[in-house]
Amino acid sequence: MSVFGYLIRHADDNLILSHRLSEWVSRGPELEEDIALANIALDHLGVARALYGYASEVEGMGRHEDDIAMLRTEREYTNLLLTEQPNGDFAQTMVRQALVDAYQLSLWEALSTSTDTTLGGIAAKALKEARYHFRHSSLWLVRLGDGTDESHMRAQKALNKLWRYVPELFESDATDREMVEAGVGADPAAFRPAWDDRIQSTVLTATLDLPDDIPGRSGGRQGFHTEYLGHILAELQWMQRTYPGARW
Amino acid sequence: MNDATARAVLAQVVDPEIPVLTIEDMGILRSVSVDGTSVAVEITPTYSGCPAIDLIEEQVRLALAAAGYTRITVDRVYAPAWTTDWMSDAGKAKLAAVGIAPPGTEPPLCPRCASAQTRTISEFGSTACKALMVCSSCGEPFDRFKDI
Repeated sequence: MSVFGYLIRHADDNLILSHRLSEWVSRGPELEEDIALANIALDHLGVARALYGYASEVEGMGRHEDDIAMLRTEREYTNLLLTEQPNGDFAQTMVRQALVDAYQLSLWEALSTSTDTTLGGIAAKALKEARYHFRHSSLWLVRLGDGTDESHMRAQKALNKLWRYVPELFESDATDREMVEAGVGADPAAFRPAWDDRIQSTVLTATLDLPDDIPGRSGGRQGFHTEYLGHILAELQWMQRTYPGARW
Repeated sequence: MNDATARAVLAQVVDPEIPVLTIEDMGILRSVSVDGTSVAVEITPTYSGCPAIDLIEEQVRLALAAAGYTRITVDRVYAPAWTTDWMSDAGKAKLAAVGIAPPGTEPPLCPRCASAQTRTISEFGSTACKALMVCSSCGEPFDRFKDI
């Protein structure tokens, strides 16, 4: 069951972040960026699908990937709180993305050598995509931070606002420990030094200030969410709940 | 019917987003194994979110069914992860011929005037696998197949 839970938490991160990014479609600040955000959303959705599909195999109960994605309640979602935070303005979306991308770079790198070869393959593919994502988000962070007074102020505000969701990225729980022991998973705490390097050098280049460490909010991995997830699920699941089994 | 005849059938299946390339050119087709009129095929997605993979799977099934196979299984494999290194040289030549700069060339050459003076507009283009470029010499915008 732990492998199932482990796959689901990472699938949930990607599904929820994908949904948030897809909210930008047709509202991007410029055409190329609109396409980029849709592309990145699609990458995250693809990773989520691969993980849900594999999770349903591991579970062996005959649940389809859509059942897992669309028919669980808020408490059953175990995504990181950072991924469900609202898009805010473009700066907030890019800061959120850079913080997650820097984390996923370490995650996918570690999981690509998992003893579970299917998870390893999914991670190896996701790692290649995460490199494009982080290059994109970190370049934007620099452009915004080192841009106009207005863009600098907004990027700093977003960084300060989202900083409290950072510690959760590196928390380990019983599932992580069990998966590390089995050689399947990786210890999130070990991601911190590389994440710090990536984010600190980006923030420095962007002429932004690294926020002081503040008490973090967590609970996502246990299914305790911020007020936003319920609203996301209402929109995401409306179709499947209204027309059960609908296909197109 | 043997592996080679099934492969020949699948050599006709094209990537729906870049129909000049077959799934074999792309390196999406990972294995084919025939037993009587049963056939098992393994395909791998290019990008995690590649929306073409469902259609490719369907086309693989249709092509094999039309060729007389009665039991067809199509599995998606994720390990090892797809890389543009698996694209055939023939595939790369076909891409260049339709104006898409193939992967593996740094800097990407303009498909119109072959200039190396090209720059990236966006790393995320019209499909998951392509970036938007423009040629500084002739001004032509073009797609580049991203190295991955």
